[in-house]
Amino acid sequence: MTHELGTQVGQLARRSVIRTLRQPAQIVPSLIFPLFLLAVNSGGLKSVTNLPGFPTDSYLTFALAITFMQGALFSVINSGTDLARDIETGFLNRMALTPLRGSALLSGLLAGSLLLGLMQALAYLIIGLAFGAELVAGVGGFFVIIALSVSVTVAFGTIGMFAALRTGSGEAVQGLFPVFFVFLFLSSMALPLNLIQTDWFHTVASINPVSYLLQAFRSLLIEGWEPSKIALGFGIALGIGTLGMLAASSALKSRLVRT
Amino acid sequence: MNAENSTKGTAGTDGIEAIGLVREFKKGPRAVDGIDLRVEPGEIYGFLGPNGAGKSTTVLMLTTLLPPTAGTARVAGFDIVKEGPRVRSAIGAALQEAALDPLLTGTEHMRLQTSLHGLGKAERERRGGELLERVGLTRAADRKVGGYSGGMKRRLDLALALAHEPRILFLDEPTTGLDIQSRTALWEEVARLAAEDGVTVFLTTQYLEEADVLADRVGIIDHGNIVAEGTPTELKAEIGRPTVEAVPCNPEEREHTAAVLARFGEPADGAAKGAAVLLSGGDAGLAEVVRALDSEGIKIETLQLHAPSLDDVFLAKTGRSLEGAEEAVEETEDERAEVGAAEPA
Amino acid sequence: MSADFRNIARAVAWRSVHNFLTNKALLIPALIFPLFFFASFAGGLSAVSNVPGFDFPTGYTAFQYVFVLMQSAAFGGVFTGFGIARDFESGFGRRYLLAATDRRGIIAGYGIAALLRAFVTWAVLTAVALVAGMQIDGSPIDLVGMYTLAILVNITATLWAAGVALRVRSIQGGPLMQLPIFLILFVAPVYVPLSLLSGWIHAVASVNPVTALLEAGRGFISGEPTVIGLAFALGIILPILFALWSRGGLRRAEAAG
Repeated sequence: MTHELGTQVGQLARRSVIRTLRQPAQIVPSLIFPLFLLAVNSGGLKSVTNLPGFPTDSYLTFALAITFMQGALFSVINSGTDLARDIETGFLNRMALTPLRGSALLSGLLAGSLLLGLMQALAYLIIGLAFGAELVAGVGGFFVIIALSVSVTVAFGTIGMFAALRTGSGEAVQGLFPVFFVFLFLSSMALPLNLIQTDWFHTVASINPVSYLLQAFRSLLIEGWEPSKIALGFGIALGIGTLGMLAASSALKSRLVRT
Repeated sequence: MNAENSTKGTAGTDGIEAIGLVREFKKGPRAVDGIDLRVEPGEIYGFLGPNGAGKSTTVLMLTTLLPPTAGTARVAGFDIVKEGPRVRSAIGAALQEAALDPLLTGTEHMRLQTSLHGLGKAERERRGGELLERVGLTRAADRKVGGYSGGMKRRLDLALALAHEPRILFLDEPTTGLDIQSRTALWEEVARLAAEDGVTVFLTTQYLEEADVLADRVGIIDHGNIVAEGTPTELKAEIGRPTVEAVPCNPEEREHTAAVLARFGEPADGAAKGAAVLLSGGDAGLAEVVRALDSEGIKIETLQLHAPSLDDVFLAKTGRSLEGAEEAVEETEDERAEVGAAEPA
Repeated sequence: MSADFRNIARAVAWRSVHNFLTNKALLIPALIFPLFFFASFAGGLSAVSNVPGFDFPTGYTAFQYVFVLMQSAAFGGVFTGFGIARDFESGFGRRYLLAATDRRGIIAGYGIAALLRAFVTWAVLTAVALVAGMQIDGSPIDLVGMYTLAILVNITATLWAAGVALRVRSIQGGPLMQLPIFLILFVAPVYVPLSLLSGWIHAVASVNPVTALLEAGRGFISGEPTVIGLAFALGIILPILFALWSRGGLRRAEAAG
């Protein structure tokens, strides 16, 4: 990375982080909402731990994985909405008039997602553990969960950026939320795959990558070190991030038709 | 093409030259329909026209943000299609929306802009502080822009456009929506930039007064075509002569007054209580009119000389007044949306 | 009820329903969301019916159908509140205030529209549930009882959201309308009966009025009516309370001009 590119990424990252920190309306719901659902679901579905084959007797531990995914969903919306607003207000045009590189713009924007992802992951994990969730993988597992959560958040953030660059509309980006919610719900979110009885739901959940991201988190929380499951989780995050970044880069080229 | 060769454009290193510039959008008419223009270095060029006339599309093309469908243009001696990065390094632009981030402070905006232009750390601090001071925002520099007034936002926008000391400045309707005080302050700064720093200014406006006060030369654009171009004085002189209107103290002398005035030019409409004529000798004929009325013993209550305005120029060239042309705004909304989306034809 | 009241209510209802039916951005989420919740709860969690102590012979699909019915009733009201807020933000609400001699008709009109759009949603939801093999053990009278409760929930939620919308008069009041409804719906026996809840959520759900409405609804669909008195008492008292709340909002909107 050249010095100039480094400066550009640094300054855009700084802006992205400042924006994130100055918008409590973005941070608070992304922290509160998943924790509320965690509280409700861990109470409401506690009895399902009595089902034969359920992997743990703590539904809180099982459901803690969901918070990381929900946090990542907020990242899609936040990173996308921020960029869409830049397009709507003409701020992107202002940046297009500078020697800014597209890669610097995208990397800088992701810095905000990264910070938000880090704050979310720490909050979910610490609060979950404080309320009695297990972490079989120990201290090392703690850091791997944080790393995985940040990776997923950043990966999902690229999709938000792509949507913003493609549509140029904050409203359209907000409209992605339900789509992602569908992905989350049609996964092994509430029950492990082996306990999903409805055939079509089982099939959908089995091919839904979200199930395997959840599995990676749960393996660390419930089972300990399962390298293949952890690697699969990171691999999926990397895959989504790479595809998202490629799509966002291509959309940026169309959006910035500067000569 | 190397930098040295490419600066040999006919408008010189700090000017603008466009030949047959066209921009079409998928749906709708040509937003810009083959315009030719030339802006000399150090000149303030006013691009005057109603909303939807093609002003912003022209600016987007000249600033390299929108490729032209046909035609060529050189800005600062560089081709806008082939040498986009070089054009951008030579120009500054404050586009129609004051594109600012409400969550950042003025200082943070300056820091971001100067670093994107590749200025070193020390230079960034110096340049940022200097520009904020110049536009009178030093005291507000550490406040978030979301709390700025419209005038403050426009001034910050201008300061950001000047971050890398551009030789050419594009201002797209910089005073739209501002109060008179803020507008005047911005005019003064733009005039100073041209006069003291030698910056070439390409300014679009829908305000006649702005073009009249600020611009060395004016191009009038309507439906994507330049319909008139010249200095404000030339344009006004081109379309006609001043009108003199006299109202006698005694209403019964109205016809007598009209007869005297008729010696100096053709009768003109619009004088309900007196008489009016288009002075065939221009402004210079006014003294003779006064002497003639006096020698005829007509006591005059009011005597007014109406100089032609740029609106008269617009009226003469397009058949409607600039104010009336504003009604076209809604019809062109789709077009403007497409400018934003920048879809090629 | 005066002719003025009827006229304004009819006009407001017509416009709201027209917007709902002709605007895909309003219509599709209103239909898709309940179906989606139904699919993911009834489909994904069907194993929950095997939990020891889960005693609902009509089946898990019917168990979740009642929750989604009540949820869509409540959210239909909230979405109507969004429409009211949008109208007042854009100035259209002022047009209503100017035209209406009896301004209570404005709220009534929005309420009628909320009900009509809820009927559309319920028709689709019920069709899908039946196709998915939902069992119904209740009699037609039981079902009338269940849908009457859903209507009362819809009216309550509409009046709540209207009260907020008329006070805030901006779509930014959306979360304020939505969040309390969301919270109260989910701190209830959503996935399992109250008896299988434990800890804090059992304590909260035991005093949550939504619990009585859900239990009564589930009782109706299984043909074993339960807590009917409490559910209908709530279904009558809550709309009255929130009618006063929305009327206060209307007065605020009138005072703001």
